[in-house]
Amino acid sequence: MKILTQHINEPGIETFDVYRKHGGYTAVEKAIKSMTPDEVVEEVKKSGVRGRGGAGFPMGMKWSFLAKPEGVPRYLVCNADESEPGTFKDHYLMKSIPHLLIEGMIVSSYALGANKSFIYVRGELLYVIAILEKAIAEAKAKGFLGKNILGSGYDLELVVQPGGGAYICGEETALLESLEGKRGNPRNKPPFPAVKGLYQCPTVVNNVESISNTPWIINNGGEAYAALGVGRSTGTKLISASGHIRKPGVYEIVLGVPVEEFIYSDEYCGGIRDGHYLKALVAGGSSVPILPANLITTTANNEPRLMTYESLSDGGFATGTMLGSGGFIVFDETACIVKNTLNFAHFYRHESCGQCSPCREGTGWMEKILYRIENGRGTQADIDLLVDVSRKIEGNTICPLGDAAAWPVASAIRHFRHEFEWHISHPEEATRPGAVYPTEAVLN
Amino acid sequence: MEAIETPLLKVTIDGIEISVPPGTTIMNAARKIAEADPEQHDKVPPAMCYYEPLKASGGKCRACLVKVAAGSEKDPRPMPKLVPSCITQVQDGMIVENTTNPAVLETRKGIVEFLLLNHPLDCPICDQAGECYLQDFSYEHGVVDTRTQEERRTFEKHDLGPYIQLHMTRCILCYRCVYTADQITNKRVHGVLNRGDHAEISTYIEKAIDNDFSGNVIDVCPVGALTDKTYRFKNRVWFTKPVDAHRDCEKCSGKVTLWYRGEEVIRVTGRKNMWGEVKEFICNTCRFEKKETRDWTIEGPTRIERSSVISANKYGKNLIAKPDFALKLAKSQYKKIDDSRPYITDDQTIRQLSIENNKLANERSLASD
Amino acid sequence: MSTQTTDIKFTPENLEKAHEIIARYPEGKQKSALIPLLHLVQKQWGWVSPEAMDYVAEMLSIESIEVYEVATFYTMFHLEPVGKHVIEYCRTGPCCLMGGEKVYDHLKQRLGVQTGQTTPDGMFTLKEVECLAACGWGPVFQIREKYYMNLTCDKVDEIIDELSK
Repeated sequence: MKILTQHINEPGIETFDVYRKHGGYTAVEKAIKSMTPDEVVEEVKKSGVRGRGGAGFPMGMKWSFLAKPEGVPRYLVCNADESEPGTFKDHYLMKSIPHLLIEGMIVSSYALGANKSFIYVRGELLYVIAILEKAIAEAKAKGFLGKNILGSGYDLELVVQPGGGAYICGEETALLESLEGKRGNPRNKPPFPAVKGLYQCPTVVNNVESISNTPWIINNGGEAYAALGVGRSTGTKLISASGHIRKPGVYEIVLGVPVEEFIYSDEYCGGIRDGHYLKALVAGGSSVPILPANLITTTANNEPRLMTYESLSDGGFATGTMLGSGGFIVFDETACIVKNTLNFAHFYRHESCGQCSPCREGTGWMEKILYRIENGRGTQADIDLLVDVSRKIEGNTICPLGDAAAWPVASAIRHFRHEFEWHISHPEEATRPGAVYPTEAVLN
Repeated sequence: MEAIETPLLKVTIDGIEISVPPGTTIMNAARKIAEADPEQHDKVPPAMCYYEPLKASGGKCRACLVKVAAGSEKDPRPMPKLVPSCITQVQDGMIVENTTNPAVLETRKGIVEFLLLNHPLDCPICDQAGECYLQDFSYEHGVVDTRTQEERRTFEKHDLGPYIQLHMTRCILCYRCVYTADQITNKRVHGVLNRGDHAEISTYIEKAIDNDFSGNVIDVCPVGALTDKTYRFKNRVWFTKPVDAHRDCEKCSGKVTLWYRGEEVIRVTGRKNMWGEVKEFICNTCRFEKKETRDWTIEGPTRIERSSVISANKYGKNLIAKPDFALKLAKSQYKKIDDSRPYITDDQTIRQLSIENNKLANERSLASD
Repeated sequence: MSTQTTDIKFTPENLEKAHEIIARYPEGKQKSALIPLLHLVQKQWGWVSPEAMDYVAEMLSIESIEVYEVATFYTMFHLEPVGKHVIEYCRTGPCCLMGGEKVYDHLKQRLGVQTGQTTPDGMFTLKEVECLAACGWGPVFQIREKYYMNLTCDKVDEIIDELSK
């Protein structure tokens, strides 16, 4: 069952005509001609679709929080600032089937009563921006955008906004600051964007994948969407699979597929690359806790682990992780956990906006300590120091980047403490090029 | 016209109840408690970035994080995370834990540690020493030990012109000077450049900060990142004597504090209230060009808290080694300033007093070693 | 690359584009055009000079410092002159798992430069960047708008040969 990628491989699907031929823009017709905005919101609520950017907040509920004061414009902003290491699904979706997002933007904007909506695309994807702008021009020429859409009296203008290279702009308030032409410093909340967002007006910020689900929901009904999946994990999800697997790429799964099936079946990742075995998994983008081999396909209770929000987080941070943005990074036994943790720590230090002290100072401190450990100059006390620093950052920052920086470090030490200890106690062996903790020796 | 009664909101901070108007932040409610009863000074969370007279300030340093144990009367659930008290508004029935919550104190230790991580320990050559909020903050809320062995970051030097000295290494990125330039001056030429741990205050291209009110960035800076070039290395603040004075000024209120060394005015600043905030910003003419006693009408000695080094001049060995003892000592020596004392406005007497005061101060400091 | 310091102006074509961009935003919100205009500056001059930033500030009726603040925050903007081709190489975890470091070492050797440097002939500037959202197709680098994916040492050589022509 595919919702987003069903037609993605059709030749010419990036053009209006081919997209239209495969049922494209029927949701716009249906919504604008036969539904009120509130009815559209109601369908999305019924679908149970959750924010696909990482937080997993129910989209319909987010929409219903939007303040609607008289005479004040409202905005819909699509978050296409996909930058979380391990995540590349929005990139794939937008470059392959741009009209899906455009159609979703029209339907969603109509539901929210927005007459000007923005798609904020990370600046590196300038070529995707060109693709989107072309698609917008086509849709406009066909009367699906602009003034008086399909003769309904509803006006909508879509603006594609480039970022400038800053992961932090994926945080919704930083994104809004950036869209206002400022530094991407996240705002203190409250007020939330639903009350004071873009230009201090009520605003909804949704991820590309979330918005792209809306045409199907309108065409088939929220209940049909909710029928897919397991429990509160409804519908399908794009998973960006990378790392030591045979078939890296973007896969659309119905939520509830067992993790084991996702890793090993030929339909998806195709298993670990030849001659190697699974060591660790980052299931939802670099910021979620890393899992060791014994907690990947089953939970701590020995139940099969499923690709759902709930099952992946089963066991909390002690033995679970998060679905996050669906950035599925697989590590085999050749991967050094210390090195990878340092790599991610460097990323978060580099991407911290620098506004609040725990994140600005703490991310740099963690990177420096990890750098010493990785380079054979660590002490055993450094490990506990890292844990303590990560705790002092977590929960104390303006935005979730602090948490995102703290979790990978804390979880790597939680599950792979022996690797850190080995790096410290065996500096000579550990600093050789390509050195990895000798798992085999321990296993035998 | 009938006055509209807005119902006050009841908030409890560390067990002390106070009623405040809607829109009041936890920080300002706590300050109200302390203003009414100076004994409760420790109920006020520390503020390194928040500055009441500057709009949009606060929320950044995280020094003032507190626990909200009950959100409100209506919804008494605790807030899941610690909240910045400077920007969190009170709700009716809110219960706040500041110094009574171990997690808050532990987090605060962490914030001190983060702020000192890259801050040079150059207090001995820093003009801000003695009136530095980071010194106070680390002294009151930090731990004695250091856990870092990493090198501190450095920056390229930038010259901001003849009046303002920038030491970027000392900056804690509170953004106060940026808001000051935005809100007090007519043109902002400096800002926060770059990102993350190498973000810095700069003009980007070498440029002097030059306008009538630029000197106020010195007063708002909590640390020694922005100091007065005309005062540089002239004296330690605890050897100087602050005196309130005013003059007729066409640009500003003309209400200042003069800092005397002997008979000489070595520095002019805005007047700071008990929270270290300047409410009436002064112009550069008053600050940098009027350094003769005859330029001013003297009002009297500036009220300085007895616990401040500026007033007490008692950084003895014991105090440095034992922070708790220091606090207790400061508390036991605390005396309310005699408000009925007549203000001295005669120049000759003030000079004489300040000479004597400095002499005494020097003797005391030598004796305490 | 042009390091011209006086008389900075968009080409007529870019000027038209600039006006089109500025018109996208609601009245009084023209500052929103800042990042798109900086991209346009970089497209025309290859880098973002202080003079060009002042020009953009004037165009948007904002203070120059507001432009400096933004330009230095976002890592895509080159604040110093760069080579003809800027290679922005992904250094983040997933690409490393796909052999990114080995290919990067090869690239550095091939160009004879370290990260942040420009080749003596001014053809290539090498920069390290964070995740380019192409993890499944790594190792990856970007030159201007183009992504080069699934890199190998041989493929890197081919690309450099082609661009050196």
